[in-house]
Amino acid sequence: MERNPLQRQVAYMRRSLFDQGYLDEQFVQLEDLQDDANPNFVEEIVTLFYTDSARLIHNIEQALESRPLDFIRLDDYMHQFKGSSSSIGAKKVKNECTQFREHCSARSAEGCVRTFQQVKQEHTILRRKLETYFQLARQAGLAN
Amino acid sequence: MESGFCSPRTEAFPAGLRVLVVDDDPTWLKILEKMLKKCSYEVTTCCLARDALNMLRERKDGFDIVISDVNMPDMDGFKLLEHVGLEMDLPVIMMSVDGETSRVMKGVQHGACDYLLKPVRMKELKNIWQHVFRKKIHEGKDVESYECMREIQMIMSRSDEFDDGHQLNGGELGATRKRKDMENRRHDDQELVDPSSSKKARVVWSIDLHQKFVDAVNQIGFDKVGPKKILDLMNVPWLTRENVASHLQKYRLYLSRLQKENELKTSEGMKQQDFTCPAGSLGFQTSTLIHPKDAANCDLKYTGNNMLLIDMGTRICREADKKGTVSILPMDLKETSTSNFLDSQRANVSSQTILSRPFNYQSSQSNTTSQKWNEAPMEQFKQPPKQEPEPYALLEDDFSHALQSAPQHLVQVDLQCSAYSVGPGTAVPERDKPGSVMITPVRSQSRSNHSQIVNPETSDAISNFKVGMKNQMVGLNCLNDCEPIQQKIFTVGDSSLGSQVGCAYTESIGLQDIDLLDYYNSELIDELETSYYADLGLNWDNDCDSVQNPFVDQSLFTARAEASGVCYPG
Repeated sequence: MERNPLQRQVAYMRRSLFDQGYLDEQFVQLEDLQDDANPNFVEEIVTLFYTDSARLIHNIEQALESRPLDFIRLDDYMHQFKGSSSSIGAKKVKNECTQFREHCSARSAEGCVRTFQQVKQEHTILRRKLETYFQLARQAGLAN
Repeated sequence: MESGFCSPRTEAFPAGLRVLVVDDDPTWLKILEKMLKKCSYEVTTCCLARDALNMLRERKDGFDIVISDVNMPDMDGFKLLEHVGLEMDLPVIMMSVDGETSRVMKGVQHGACDYLLKPVRMKELKNIWQHVFRKKIHEGKDVESYECMREIQMIMSRSDEFDDGHQLNGGELGATRKRKDMENRRHDDQELVDPSSSKKARVVWSIDLHQKFVDAVNQIGFDKVGPKKILDLMNVPWLTRENVASHLQKYRLYLSRLQKENELKTSEGMKQQDFTCPAGSLGFQTSTLIHPKDAANCDLKYTGNNMLLIDMGTRICREADKKGTVSILPMDLKETSTSNFLDSQRANVSSQTILSRPFNYQSSQSNTTSQKWNEAPMEQFKQPPKQEPEPYALLEDDFSHALQSAPQHLVQVDLQCSAYSVGPGTAVPERDKPGSVMITPVRSQSRSNHSQIVNPETSDAISNFKVGMKNQMVGLNCLNDCEPIQQKIFTVGDSSLGSQVGCAYTESIGLQDIDLLDYYNSELIDELETSYYADLGLNWDNDCDSVQNPFVDQSLFTARAEASGVCYPG
């Protein structure tokens, strides 16, 4: 159903997000929930996620600064963060979260610090991609 | 985060199912809300467990099911789960991103009816209605509830509309369909019920009624018994065949459970008392006096979760259930034909089955009108499996646990306040000791061994109860020089304590209490505090969902007002 180039572009971008493993099935669930009552549901959810996750990231950063590291607390925070990430289908982010938690169990401070950077990175990358995606989708919708 | 008023269900089930979602993650909360709305459910969201509990308490019967995340900042999801199960008896579904077996198991242990893994799929949410429906079915079977039947009828009549074309068990259907007839006859039968606000209409099986039932059963012969025959023999015009049928069903279940427990008990000895919960936990206490002249006919009976003490002469039936609800069922004070009520099945009695804690009682002659009654915690309550039908308290001939009655002397229970913060230690009455003792855990507000002293209003007809602990003697008065005893109903319920205790009382609790109501002899009620009972009944029937906790706090007599309310501790 790609009537115009913009829509084709949107579809293509969406496809690659899945193919490259940035998003998983949950994202499709969100899309399915989008309807007339909530025409921008997916974007709203993603926005909500990024707002809330900023808080969680901040918590983890703070916890990473305390010495000695409270691994249980870190694990707890990350557990929350992972749960949240799963809500939008943020696949790569989730994977990094799992890594982080493994380092927590192993009580590896260095591992935690390192993987947390990766978590943040993936988190940011995904946000940019999704922002672009939604923008494009809006344009394609308007253009229709 | 609330989405507004929850109206009673009006749409076709499962549409309009009223769901309360509790999750501290705002993203998930929103997603779940949307998903549930798409299932045509009525959704209320909440990000704090405390708020959720308050909401549930405020809107009794405002929700059908609760979905909650496991990890929440203000309260552990499992704790919320327990509370909901105990206080409201609603099905609770747990959610978590963590699917570890141990966690899931914990959820189930705490009473979750399902455990979903995040990310939660829409199709998983679509089916949550089954938990509500299942509960209704179970409730309907045990409780002869008009409301339940009605709902089930509704549900089933809509079954054609369901996509899945779910199949209901034919037997269940039959049972529930038949009950429809009872609707019309119910209205006359409602006692202690406020028709306008009550949700449960039921036949109150008073002692006399039950006595007739039992007589009929015995006359026919237990093996050949059938509802129609019983009904005919009973000759109670307003009673229906269905009433009798369901009563018979319970009776059978009760008997079989007794038997099982009888076997178990003899091998188990001391049982872990559910009530021995340390911190300010709830025990229940009752001290009852048995009319002396009827001491010969004291029988102690264990009915599943309840201990039933029946004093034949005074026809007092005291029952304490595992939740600490002691209801004393008044019987006629005059001796009537029910002296044959309790059979001489006493031979079967194993006293150990009755009291799992050993208590020594010696007989001595003393006038127990001074009511030095201490009763030891009753230990034999076991935590029933959750699906077990409610313990059904019966007064009947075939008591398989009947203590040898100890007619002519005062039976005293020596309470040793020992490890039980809940109540004094008790000992299992030895077989050859006479008398029957009602032992119940003593409610203690604190960890001390102080007992709760209940001071009922005095009257000749009313026994005074005094529960003392600390090695006080419990006098079980089976002597003739005692005043006839009237009962007071002690119901002490405390869901949070229950949860502390670690038992999931859930559905069994409320129905026990309802069953107990059945035995209130209306005559005696008139003599005693009629309105009180009515209040109790009213409240218990009104507060359908909270009926599991007929919170009659502490001394019923001193706190009538409280009795009519539902108290939620903590």
